[in-house]
Amino acid sequence: MAAESQATAPGAQSGGPSHGLRIFLIWLVVSLAADLLIWFALGPHLPPGTMSSSATEEQGAIKLMAVMSAPVVVFVIAFFCYALIVWRQREGDEEDGPPLRGHARVQTIWIAGTSVIVLALAVFGTVSLVTSHGAGAGEGPAPIWSPPGAELTAAQQTAPWAPGKPLVVQVIGQQWRFTYRYPQFGGFETTELMLPQGQWAQFNVTSLDVIHSFWAYQLGVKADANPNVDNVAYTKPEHVGPFTVRCAELCGLWHGAMFDYGKVMTVPQFQAWAGATKASLADVTRLLPAFATTYDPTVIPAFRSGPVMKKLGLTSAGGFFYPPEDPVQP
Amino acid sequence: MSLPVRVGTLLVAFLAVVGGAIFVVIHFFLTEPAVITAAGSGSQVSIVLQEDAQNTVSTHPDWVSYFMQDPSTKKWVHTTLFKVPAGATVHVTVLGYDGCTPLRNPFWGRVTGTIGGTETIDGKPVKVVDSWRTCSVGHTFSIPGIGLNVPMGSPPTVAEENNLCGTSPCTSGPHSTMKFSFVAPKTPGAYFWQCRVPCGGGFVTGFGGPMQTFGFMTGEMEVAS
Repeated sequence: MAAESQATAPGAQSGGPSHGLRIFLIWLVVSLAADLLIWFALGPHLPPGTMSSSATEEQGAIKLMAVMSAPVVVFVIAFFCYALIVWRQREGDEEDGPPLRGHARVQTIWIAGTSVIVLALAVFGTVSLVTSHGAGAGEGPAPIWSPPGAELTAAQQTAPWAPGKPLVVQVIGQQWRFTYRYPQFGGFETTELMLPQGQWAQFNVTSLDVIHSFWAYQLGVKADANPNVDNVAYTKPEHVGPFTVRCAELCGLWHGAMFDYGKVMTVPQFQAWAGATKASLADVTRLLPAFATTYDPTVIPAFRSGPVMKKLGLTSAGGFFYPPEDPVQP
Repeated sequence: MSLPVRVGTLLVAFLAVVGGAIFVVIHFFLTEPAVITAAGSGSQVSIVLQEDAQNTVSTHPDWVSYFMQDPSTKKWVHTTLFKVPAGATVHVTVLGYDGCTPLRNPFWGRVTGTIGGTETIDGKPVKVVDSWRTCSVGHTFSIPGIGLNVPMGSPPTVAEENNLCGTSPCTSGPHSTMKFSFVAPKTPGAYFWQCRVPCGGGFVTGFGGPMQTFGFMTGEMEVAS
């Protein structure tokens, strides 16, 4: 019995079935079908959609990874099922199967194949990160993959916006709400996030207290909001419509309620909204500190040397960040 | 050690462990502040609160705290949970006994979500408060789910700041009185409210402790159908 198994299982004996060819054909047909389904049927519905340049890039990357990994998964499952059916223990067969002593050719093909796949994906990932200008991820305070025209100086970030120029939106995380500041429209701050269609948006993400994470889901934008850090991310909204913003970093009791909805609108609609909002918020805009990439109250001149501080000094928590030497600072 | 002693010791130890577990569950998990039902009925209801620099009726006497007045007994209750009817106009009165603390984000100095977009502080209508220019804001009363944000005034002078009420709930001492009204949502449910001044003294960024504990500086508005 054992001799029979040894003769037929690996499939190479003359006159026996060619197991390798069978498995290869099964794998080829199923893989092809799986890849076509993934690319054409499932692919267009994969998150985060195609609302912006970065979202499109992310969806494409997920599609490609799924298409490349499906054949690997199919091979493992096909081999497993084939072995289960063809090489299962027959009734009355009490003997051990043939010993496995390695197979250099199979091992080489396996290692080489998976290495090529992983390295190809690494190259693809790096290239797509560069060409998509960071793919919607936070790039830190000095982004190296800025879109054309987005290398704005401090003065340019506050110069009036016009279509064709990147729109600067400062995202300010605070327990438990995001607010948005538009320095190119007089620096007003609002709880609404509106973006113009077809224009590059530059998000300068920061926090006033603990660590938050700005996640504009359908735009494919995600950037950590850290106090005293300016984390820059880019995207170009391609389609009008609403999108969801969530905090993606556990930030305290009401973290789960820290979400809102933004909207991509046409350029004329955006300009009308920005103009009206600027006017309606003028009374509170004059109280805000000058636009800056971060806001540490202890270094903002208007706060530090203001009458309240001069009169009373620190009271209670004082509205301040605790200094690094503070014993309660983790 | 004799058998009865061993059994007795085991029994005592067992009861101590079980008792400790029951205490932890009841004290930390099953104890919730009372829910105050707003006074009035139908479309017009009212609630009265006060905010103090301390909470001497709790196990955290140094935590800043809100209190709510029970409309039926007029007594102050250590809670931040209240219930209003859906769609009702809610009239709010807050007595601000705590001192001033500047808002970390001056943006929250703007009154939003109230009827008319205003509140009154000591009888004067106010739309925006500059907490950095004058000693004017102690806390805020904010319900983000309905866009409500109302800065709470504080005793305005240095002399008053140095003479704050020290025993909760406060019944005398320098304070400001805020009044405003808002319309409760028509959708029943729980809407959390919070303070936006970092007044959790001794905690990182001032937003720990009382800022994240029911009965102190955050709570829920239950909107009932």
